[in-house]
Amino acid sequence: MSKKLLHIVESAYRATLEEQDDPVVWLCHALRGAGAELDLLLQGNAVAYGVRAQQVAPLQFGSRRQQHAPDLAGDLNALLAKRVACFYLEEDAAERGIDASDLVEGLVPVSRAKLPMLFAHYHQVHRW
Amino acid sequence: MTSQQTLTFALMDPPFESARSTTALRLIDLALRRGHHVNVFAYEGAVSLAFAGQKAHANAVHGRDPLEEDHPLTRDWIAALRDAAHERGLRLDWVNCGLCVDERGMEPSITGPRRGSPTDLARFIEESDNTLVIPTGD
Repeated sequence: MSKKLLHIVESAYRATLEEQDDPVVWLCHALRGAGAELDLLLQGNAVAYGVRAQQVAPLQFGSRRQQHAPDLAGDLNALLAKRVACFYLEEDAAERGIDASDLVEGLVPVSRAKLPMLFAHYHQVHRW
Repeated sequence: MTSQQTLTFALMDPPFESARSTTALRLIDLALRRGHHVNVFAYEGAVSLAFAGQKAHANAVHGRDPLEEDHPLTRDWIAALRDAAHERGLRLDWVNCGLCVDERGMEPSITGPRRGSPTDLARFIEESDNTLVIPTGD
């Protein structure tokens, strides 16, 4: 049986314009594709990744218009479709005025007090 | 004496930006000194750590020429760790994320570290006793 992993993303919007995604969310996709059993927890500013209404304006410098702006909520949806559970820290969402109804369907709230119980379900927790 | 283990490190920081890279290499050094095998997955900026093109420089503020300055280069530290692992009969398997190398132009690396992908990280995690992620902080 493969190890069950929980990846935690807290440093948000790190090079998302340059990478056209979040590098750790991307890594979760790649690891899942390689057969890893993993879930994802968003905390801190990364809870905003789940907001459905977010839009990224196309980046343009001079005449160079960048294609494929990051679609962070879409990337979470794609992870959910791969049977990766995506949790978010509900206190961090509340602090930022983000309501559960603002988020993509399928994200699971978890309170800070219940994190130890969540962590207990995994062989390893990788905090990025 | 603890039993021999295999430890995986996932690194994300480039050199010369924070103390995290040095801390990671110190931990890897300690793991090797204690007789453990080590895997490293260098992700994003961390692929620069083993870049062969790093060059030492003089330091006018210090009043030293390049030889006297002996400016630290992470490629030299990694080469030393590679050699130390070899001398002890241990494995130091250092994988640079290939896509991260390409987007930064970080080739060639020194001898030892090799090009790979997240599939290597998945295998490292499965095969090792534990994994430590040292990410880029805010």
